[in-house]
Amino acid sequence: MLDGCKNIAVGASSPIPGCAALLAQAVTNGGTRASILGSNKHNPFNDGGPELFDRAGQGRVDAFFLSGGQIDGEGNINLVSAGPYPKPDTRFPGSFGSSYLYFSVPRVILFREEHSRRVFVEKVDFISAPGWSPPEVHRPGGPHALITSLCVFMYNRERHRFRLEGLLPGVSLEEVQDNTGFDFDHSENIKPVPPPEPDRVKLLHTAIAAEISETYPEFAQERLGYHD
Amino acid sequence: MSIPKSYLSIDQIASRIPDGALIGVPKDDGGVSMAITRALIRRKARDLRLLTVPVSSVQADMLIGAGCVSKIETSGVSLGEFGAAPNFRRAVEHGKIAIHDATCPALYAELQASEKGVPFMPLRGILGSDILANRADWKTINNPMADVQDPIVLLPARRPDFALFHARYGDKHGNIWVSGRRECILLAHASAQTFASVEEIWDGNLLEDERMVAGTIPPVYVSGVAHAPKGAWPLALSGCYDQDGDHLKMYVEAAKSEEAFAEYINSQILTSESTA
Repeated sequence: MLDGCKNIAVGASSPIPGCAALLAQAVTNGGTRASILGSNKHNPFNDGGPELFDRAGQGRVDAFFLSGGQIDGEGNINLVSAGPYPKPDTRFPGSFGSSYLYFSVPRVILFREEHSRRVFVEKVDFISAPGWSPPEVHRPGGPHALITSLCVFMYNRERHRFRLEGLLPGVSLEEVQDNTGFDFDHSENIKPVPPPEPDRVKLLHTAIAAEISETYPEFAQERLGYHD
Repeated sequence: MSIPKSYLSIDQIASRIPDGALIGVPKDDGGVSMAITRALIRRKARDLRLLTVPVSSVQADMLIGAGCVSKIETSGVSLGEFGAAPNFRRAVEHGKIAIHDATCPALYAELQASEKGVPFMPLRGILGSDILANRADWKTINNPMADVQDPIVLLPARRPDFALFHARYGDKHGNIWVSGRRECILLAHASAQTFASVEEIWDGNLLEDERMVAGTIPPVYVSGVAHAPKGAWPLALSGCYDQDGDHLKMYVEAAKSEEAFAEYINSQILTSESTA
């Protein structure tokens, strides 16, 4: 999914995408450059906070990752709140850079581990960033895929819809349908998502775990068993 | 190095930031002055309006929980790996503070407009979001340079009354050094006044040292500096110390209820810190 990307940026609260970006950097021998927000060692830029957005605006960021408290079938994401705005039932942290980067980065990969109808809703309560825009809007970027703990969807920009592309081991189409609040496309025979190669799993638990622990020490310890 | 005579104490700085002020503060890896934040809580500051550049963590959450804030403009408040910001969440859910939701580059653009002395800055993206729909002060026009339809958003210049942050070095000439934290330089340029706490005193003139000058904010922008070792604690200061994870975990637990948080404020802020 990150093949051919020269520059991958990773934003706030994104340890899993951070590992993916660092893994891509490691297996391409530097052909891919990863920048991890909040890292000193893995953020090869020095012009402060605005630089990521300036680079994205120029088309110099090929891939980025976003999540959402709610995500709907058109690819709209909600990082603000569930319920009426501005005094909601549940307040989330906020939109961060999503309202901008969703427009400017060509390959935005959505990730959310919790695959439930609470998250994957028919229509989001608040649009932090829309999944698509009318043709007059300058928009080189947008959703590319959605990865969850159950499956992988790819996004169709003409149809503004997700298509179920692969199931994780032991997961059925019915299980995905039962836990998804929006309609999606799929073929008759959905492929299983291939497991990662053993050498990459090993790399994740050694070199990558050490690298990500600089920015996400709790994650590196709890999820990758890393101790420095 | 002795402390320069011109330096203030953190409590003197807190007393010079009046109730109702608009305060710009950096994100949590950008040099947050938790020392001045605690001094503001000690002086029982009220109705502060916070502009987070572009997000915040424990600083915004603590000020909100202590009742110091009436309004916040932000792209996000979160404790990151330690979870949601409990006071922020509770205050928004109960409608106790006004919130202007934003997105990170829009807040930089508002400050860039102020820095340049122009009324607005254009920015791509944002169109079709409920962020824009809820911001009467953000306008959409058609790109006047284009021959075709090309809508683009304009962000108004935002000039904080005070920039407030913690820097690695200050010198006796009134310079402060923020290394590569360009957002602090932007914030200082865009704000009417800057107050900073500094970790260490630099022996020499930061503005005359070729190696330091790019990361230095000169005194023409700076209204007051205080010496505050470990002034970013429990957050990190790059190159000096890491964040205090144990304390932040304890903080998040305490902030989950108003009663426990009142006890945190009492034991950790009102009665424990020296007022050097």
